[in-house]
Amino acid sequence: MDDVPSIKAFELPLSVKSNEPVNGEYRLLVLAAPHDILKRCRAGQFFHLLCPQAGGETPYLRRPMSIYGFYPEKGELHFLYKVTGAGTRALATLSLGDRLNVLGPLGEPFTIADDWQDLVLVARGVGLATLAPLALEANRLGRRLTAICSARHPDYLMSTDYFESLGADVITLTDAEGTSDLDNLEKVIEGLIAAGRADAFYTCGSNRMLRLLQTIGERHGIPGQIALEQQMACGIGMCHCCVRPFTRGNRQVHLRVCREGPVFDMMEAIAW
Amino acid sequence: MVDLSVDISGLKLKNPIMPASGTFSEDLAEVFDLDRLGAHVTKTITRGWRDGNPTPRVCEVNGSMLNSIGIPSKGVGAFIEKVVPFYAHYETPLVVSISGNTADEFATLCSEVSVPGVAAIEVNISCPNIEEDGKAFAIRPSSTHDVMRKLRAATDLPLWAKLTPNTGETSEVARAAEEGGADALVVANTILSMAIDINTRRPKLGNLMGGLSGPSLKPIALRMAYQCARATKIPVIGCGGISTVEDVIEYLIAGASAVQVGTATFIHPTIMLSLIDGLEDWLSNQGLSSVKDLIGSVIDGEQDESVVFMEAAP
Ligand SMILES: Cc1cc2nc3c(=O)[nH]c(=O)nc-3n(C[C@H](O)[C@H](O)[C@H](O)COP(=O)(O)OP(=O)(O)OC[C@H]3O[C@@H](n4cnc5c(N)ncnc54)[C@H](O)[C@@H]3O)c2cc1C
Ligand SMILES: Cc1cc2nc3c(=O)[nH]c(=O)nc-3n(C[C@H](O)[C@H](O)[C@H](O)COP(=O)(O)O)c2cc1C
Ligand code: FES
Repeated sequence: MDDVPSIKAFELPLSVKSNEPVNGEYRLLVLAAPHDILKRCRAGQFFHLLCPQAGGETPYLRRPMSIYGFYPEKGELHFLYKVTGAGTRALATLSLGDRLNVLGPLGEPFTIADDWQDLVLVARGVGLATLAPLALEANRLGRRLTAICSARHPDYLMSTDYFESLGADVITLTDAEGTSDLDNLEKVIEGLIAAGRADAFYTCGSNRMLRLLQTIGERHGIPGQIALEQQMACGIGMCHCCVRPFTRGNRQVHLRVCREGPVFDMMEAIAW
Repeated sequence: MVDLSVDISGLKLKNPIMPASGTFSEDLAEVFDLDRLGAHVTKTITRGWRDGNPTPRVCEVNGSMLNSIGIPSKGVGAFIEKVVPFYAHYETPLVVSISGNTADEFATLCSEVSVPGVAAIEVNISCPNIEEDGKAFAIRPSSTHDVMRKLRAATDLPLWAKLTPNTGETSEVARAAEEGGADALVVANTILSMAIDINTRRPKLGNLMGGLSGPSLKPIALRMAYQCARATKIPVIGCGGISTVEDVIEYLIAGASAVQVGTATFIHPTIMLSLIDGLEDWLSNQGLSSVKDLIGSVIDGEQDESVVFMEAAP
């Protein structure tokens, strides 16, 4: 039996350094955060944000957001978010000096196995927010990285410069250019495999991409990890509202996205 | 120093603040020291393994929430093997919440969880009773009485009966639980509710209906706690919508000997600590030396001119 668990997640108000639009759809929120929280953060983890009340809207439950960046040296915690409803609309009203109550870091991070030398990130839209810190970690570990970034329009491609600055090969696919369809994505990935550039896949969010990567993964015996989303209430494992089904052996199990995830084995995830 | 300790039919708690079943777990130990709480109350368990309800399992409604988690459970074996030893790390007493589909199944589970390390058993009689066509035991006095008698015979541990607001007979159900052998009443569980997405025209919960909890529930649960405290001689533990120290004080004045905090922990995981500290400060500012002085101090009889409306005078 283990000893009494140590404190790993913190509830505290952080002050806003900036909160600016990145493009027509996404915003970047930068918070000033203490060093001892930032040094606990890992790629793939998230914070549970207590969105303020704004414009007559009163978001009640917290909202989960992936860590987009954590910089102990600058004392900064970054979130990249898309305004979709009451909570994120309220987040968008925050400005310099405002305080935001955060809870975290939470959840299981991405892992990079020792023999995964060539990593392939496949992301679309706001999924990039979740995968961006993984690029930093891969760079730190000296792994080679290919980032396949997909979006509706070239204007909505985010983080490509960031990935490039970390030494990643960036491949962009967009609906507007007709390059983002699954057939093309499959060709691109098969090309990487043929070139010996794919030891593991990392993805998040999209059902169609999950299915495709599972098929390719099975075909070539390539493992992977996926960051999943589910609506959350507590964010720390107490309420069991965030479960999703997974295949373990020949059984179906329900796991909590906030606790056993949000990062899961790509092959165990069940497409929805 | 203010004495925050309370006595729930012989079980001594160092303070009257504890979590509500289903809104607490071992996971919270990674956010604060669980030994600060008055008691630990587990999520309801069932005898066998259960999956719980379809997703989405929660939604928010006007500053409160609905849930239809169901009772996912790993079963009593896994509970005794894994969960009970975890709480043995703490001095705080462990209260285990249980539920069953029939009175006999309920009683069997009750004796199975009467193991060392468990200080009391909270019986969630707010869940569907298969023998009564799915109506919760605690909707009616008669089924409440019957199940409590079987539970009483099944254990020597203190029994807390958790009542439902989905009844029109609060006082009668409370008395039936007391007569059946309950040592305390937990008042109350969630109110059956519904929310619909007007764009998709689909209910917002996968299970169509769910339980309302959070601030909207408070006036109703507070009224019930007051009624139950008047109708019985056993301690009442207030539960429903508590998120501030004032809420705690209100429940205590209404007659509750302790309170459970549920949904508020989802919003502020450390809220129970603030409530303990805030209660101590408030009592001390009022010049009260013990929380017991507050319990049941509601002035609900003849108006006493000397205390009422002093501040309202021009
Ligand atoms: C682990 C995790 C990481 C995430 N990271 C990001 C990120 O980095 N950037 C980003 O833009 N979005 C992210 N999301 C999605 C984000 O949480 C939702 O977009 C947000 O909660 C929507 O809230 P809202 O009030 O604006 O919308 P509403 O539609 O009003 O939300 C209503 C309710 O649904 C929940 N909800 C709605 N959509 C989602 C969703 N996709 N996932 C989980 N809960 C949802 C909310 O928490 C809330 O309880 C993440 C989700 C999870 C689970
Ligand atoms: C997500 C969730 C799960 C719950 N699960 C249980 C449960 O398993 N057993 C139980 O007796 N009550 C359960 N409840 C009810 C709470 O214990 C409590 O009675 C109710 O939420 C009212 O208190 P609150 O307004 O402080 O949340 C649950 C409530 C919520 C919100
Ligand atoms: S959100 Fe509560 S268990 Fe995951």
